[in-house]
Amino acid sequence: MEAIPLEHILLLGAVLFSIGILAVITKRHAVVVLMGIELIFNAANLNLIAFSRYDPSLLQGQLFSLFVIVVAAAEAAVALAIVLRVYQHFHTANLPDIVSKENS
Amino acid sequence: MLFYIFAVLAILSAGYMVLTRNLLYAGFSLLITLLSVAGIYVLLFADFVAVVQLMVYVGGVLVLILFGIMLSSRVRDKSVLSESGNKVWGTLVGGLILMGLCYTILHANISALPWLQTTELNVLGLQKSTVQSIGIKLMTDVVVPFELASLLLLIALMGAAYIATDKPKA
Repeated sequence: MEAIPLEHILLLGAVLFSIGILAVITKRHAVVVLMGIELIFNAANLNLIAFSRYDPSLLQGQLFSLFVIVVAAAEAAVALAIVLRVYQHFHTANLPDIVSKENS
Repeated sequence: MLFYIFAVLAILSAGYMVLTRNLLYAGFSLLITLLSVAGIYVLLFADFVAVVQLMVYVGGVLVLILFGIMLSSRVRDKSVLSESGNKVWGTLVGGLILMGLCYTILHANISALPWLQTTELNVLGLQKSTVQSIGIKLMTDVVVPFELASLLLLIALMGAAYIATDKPKA
C-alpha cells in the first residue's frame, strides 16, 4: 500500500475545520455550535496524527491528540450541563433568543 | 483507495451537518464524520487513537450531545429544528479560511521539509501496534500531563453534575 500524501490529509483537515467554523458562526442552537467545535477539534487531531506518522519512535503527535480528545470530552460535559441550565432558566436554547431575553 | 472514500464520507456528512435544519439528523451525521475520521486514523497507523476516538467521541461525547438535543428542545409534535442566521458572514468567513488554508498548504511545499524526508514512512517496522509504545510513553515521559488529565476529568465531572442539578431558589 503506497502512502497517503501528506497534503491530502492536511486539505481534509482544512475542509473539516472550515465546516466547523461555518457551523459555529451560522447555527443558532447552542448544541449545534458545540458540534461545530467538536468538528474543529477533530480537524486539529487529524493534522497532529498526520505529522506523527513521520515521527517514528516518539509518537508525540498521537499523545498530544489523546490529550486533545480528553480535554474535548471534559469540555463537552461541562458545556452541555451549562446548556441544560440555560434552557431551564430561559426555556430556549437558541442563542439570539437568550441574548434578547438577557437584555430585556 | 480507502482514504479517499473515508475523506469524501467525512466531508459529505459534515456538510450535511451544517446544511440540515433537523438537530437529530445533524447529530447522526456528526456520528458518521467521527467514524470516518477514526477510519482515517487506522490508515495513518494510529490504532490506539482510533480506538480512543471510537470510545470517547462516538460512545461518550455523541451520546451527551444527543442527550443535550433531547433535553434542550421541546419534542412534542414537530421535529427538532435549528434555524441558522448570519449566513452571509458565516459563508464568507468559512470560505476565506478554507481558501487561505488551502493556499498555504499547497504552496508551503510540506513534503520537502528535511525532517519529513529523512524519516522512514514505515514507522512501526516490526512492531505492529502503537499501543505498547504509547502506554510506555504515558507512564514515563508524559506522566504529569496524564495525571493532570485525570484530575481535569474529575473536576469536569463534578462541575457538570453541580451545574446541572436543580438548585433551590434563593
